[in-house]
Amino acid sequence: MLTLRINGLDVRAEEGWSILETARFYGIDIPTFCYHDGLSAWGGCRLCVVEIGEGESAKLVSSCTYPATEGLVVRTHSMRVIAARKLLVELLLSSCPSSKTIQDLAARLNVQKVRFKVEHEDCVYCGLCVRICAEQMGAKAIGFVNRGGKIKITTPFDHKSEVCRHCGACMYVCPACQLRCQGAEPPGVVCGSCLSPEPTCLEFYPDLMCYMGAEGNCGTCIREKPKRKLRS
Amino acid sequence: MPDKVKAERIRNSKDLEEVRARILQSRSSKIPCIVIPSGTCCQARGSSEVACAFQREIEKHALGDKVAVRVTGCGGFCQTEPNVVIYPEEIYYQKLSPDDAEEVILEAVLRGRVIDRLLYADPNTGERFTHLNDIPFFKKQRRLLLANNLRVDPTSIHDYLAINGYNALSKVLQEKTPDEVINEIKQSGLRGRGGAGFTTGGKWELCRKARGDVKYVICNADEGDPGAYMDRSLLEGNPHSVIEGMIIGGYAIGASEGFIYVRDEYPLAVRHCRLAIEKAREYGFLGNDILGSGFSFDIKISMGAGAFVCGEETALIASIQGERGTPRQRPPFPAERGLWGKPTNINNVETWANVPLIMTKGAGWYSKIGIKKSKGTKIFSLVGKINNTGLVEVPLGTTLREIVYDIGGGIANGKKFKAVQTGGPSGGCIPSSLLDLPIDYESLAQAGSIMGSGGMIVMDEDTCMIDIARYYTAFLSDESCGKCLSCRKGTQRMYEILTDISEGKGEEGDIELLEELALVIKDTSLCGLGQTAPNPVISTIRYFQDEYEAHIKEKRCPSGVCKELISYYIKPEKCQACLICLRNCPVQAITGGKGLVHIIDQNKCTKCGTCLEVCPPRFGAVAKLSGKKAPEPVLQGTEVIRSRKTDVNA
Repeated sequence: MLTLRINGLDVRAEEGWSILETARFYGIDIPTFCYHDGLSAWGGCRLCVVEIGEGESAKLVSSCTYPATEGLVVRTHSMRVIAARKLLVELLLSSCPSSKTIQDLAARLNVQKVRFKVEHEDCVYCGLCVRICAEQMGAKAIGFVNRGGKIKITTPFDHKSEVCRHCGACMYVCPACQLRCQGAEPPGVVCGSCLSPEPTCLEFYPDLMCYMGAEGNCGTCIREKPKRKLRS
Repeated sequence: MPDKVKAERIRNSKDLEEVRARILQSRSSKIPCIVIPSGTCCQARGSSEVACAFQREIEKHALGDKVAVRVTGCGGFCQTEPNVVIYPEEIYYQKLSPDDAEEVILEAVLRGRVIDRLLYADPNTGERFTHLNDIPFFKKQRRLLLANNLRVDPTSIHDYLAINGYNALSKVLQEKTPDEVINEIKQSGLRGRGGAGFTTGGKWELCRKARGDVKYVICNADEGDPGAYMDRSLLEGNPHSVIEGMIIGGYAIGASEGFIYVRDEYPLAVRHCRLAIEKAREYGFLGNDILGSGFSFDIKISMGAGAFVCGEETALIASIQGERGTPRQRPPFPAERGLWGKPTNINNVETWANVPLIMTKGAGWYSKIGIKKSKGTKIFSLVGKINNTGLVEVPLGTTLREIVYDIGGGIANGKKFKAVQTGGPSGGCIPSSLLDLPIDYESLAQAGSIMGSGGMIVMDEDTCMIDIARYYTAFLSDESCGKCLSCRKGTQRMYEILTDISEGKGEEGDIELLEELALVIKDTSLCGLGQTAPNPVISTIRYFQDEYEAHIKEKRCPSGVCKELISYYIKPEKCQACLICLRNCPVQAITGGKGLVHIIDQNKCTKCGTCLEVCPPRFGAVAKLSGKKAPEPVLQGTEVIRSRKTDVNA
């Protein structure tokens, strides 16, 4: 057992736990995006950053990959952390505003506006699909290609994969291509509709009830989109 | 120089002394030796042809036993290449062509006459220098590592043995325990030359103490900074010094295997390293039971595809393992869990090359060079708008002014110094007000830059700092591995904002947004690349905020670089209708004719600046404008005012 301090609270962690696992064990909520309980931690989205250390040497680390170590001092919601998380969500939102997962995150973290050029990318490179394919499906059919602005996730040499079994796990886990938000507001703005107490879909889809709740997992509005709405 | 002494396995230090004595005996020190530096940079400037010409001339005149020729790695003074140094007097001839070979051999080497025409002349004073060490560029340096580049032919292990090579290894294996070696390195104060400046001895100790039966050492030769080439020059010019350092390091740490991770874009370095490793193995410096000590060690070369991020140690390890070069979380540090999960120690080429030196001359001697927290010398590649381009090796703590003005000979073409970018793309720009800053790890960090691997790009007054920040941000954005959102997307967004600013589309609040982005990228990125990626932006905002404001508020580029913010205009009162600009304009944007004022069509103009370049200085009719629109052109067909001489001068 290791002892560390999170937000002023002395907590104990098992050897091998990450900061995130420890915090969640104690009910401390750290937002995540590329983290999935069933997959290895990747640390790409940086949303789960927490501040460790004190004074001059304090720094931000991704809590999903940073191991809990003896005597570590962690702050999960310091000013520095929150400012960083907000900007990161803004970056995510600017590149993929129609992802409901990202819109929900933005609403949760109270991101009010996007100051960057809005793009509509199909991928935010969180790597969830790569990991689920390799770790849970054992296929390793897809992976990262290139770097920098040219990065993409694809099969080797863009050829049809022989190991892919079309299981759809990659699509299931994808926060960008699943649950496209096509609600009341034009894409590109922060809607936060799913988290607002009044389901805005009601006005637009009078025949449907919105059951999304705070988690927003039903996706009804996407699956049964009334055709007349599209034409207008 | 061909190796005349037969290769044989050296089994102990006595053997080594014998072989060395035989090598020295077989070489007559009396005959002059023409040293022709021929690294990749020298070859690009034609040193191969010059070397061939020298060899041809020697054959033609049958001087094989009177003159020796040695083709070596880069000598450091790239501005003067192709050059030769004639030993033993160290006479320096610069900018040679193959046709000069005969004259140099017959006149200079055999008759001992100095050929004035080929001597180095100071660009500022015109003074000519005969001897290498008199040239200001070399005189002010302390070339502990680089000097050997001219003394050894990198393809010959005998050359290295002749300058007491592998002596340090023999001494270490015979006299020192691994802990003593680590102590010595610790006392020397040597710090990593790759950029971060972690103490080398401390790093070795961590790895030595780490639990594990198999350990590795790695030489990081993934030099990727634009404009930096000191590691290449060392590997090309003196690979044995790096190999010897690695063997000593392996012994101290308890490693059995070493890797040189070098990029494929360095073919000559790879070739020389490979050859050096083969030779070292043949002579028994690598392999089982080195010099009869019972210590076994071998080195392999691992080639990278040239990704900048693979200079980061965890990405480098991933790359050697055959995985995608992506950094991972530290801890665990490579010293605990590195290559294939085993304790691994990674040092930069220059760090390894320093090790034999420290072992030979002692930690006490080494720690006297440099200043308080930064010991020894550091090689910088001094490039950009400077008179003397090349590799300079100076003690740490030397001021920027000494490097730029005393060694570098000042700014080229008499322009004014504006800034120097240190530490490669992720370093910062240091302005002229900080020219007296001593170059060491701490001072540079305080000034908002980093030591990096030692790139030093000098900029003059014609450089736009927004353009520079934009260039480096583009480089880093391309080279980001793409794992961290902050680094991948953040640098891309910074690039977009900077592009907007340089195109006159900047808005109020852009500087603040850049600063906010920069802070988050620095704070939240996983590896050194992301953590230092905003440095060019932060440092240019810090020291050149007025330039940012001029771009954003006045839509003006003070240096006249940003194409969207400048326009060219022909002053009708000065135009003499000489047709030169009209004929040279690549897009036919200039109209006019004999006796008619030339007019630039602003819609067609691509702002290449050719008209300004070609307009005869005595007319001076073309003006570059920034921050204001070009005045309405005069009517087409307006006749020029034929000026008398007095008018032209006015």
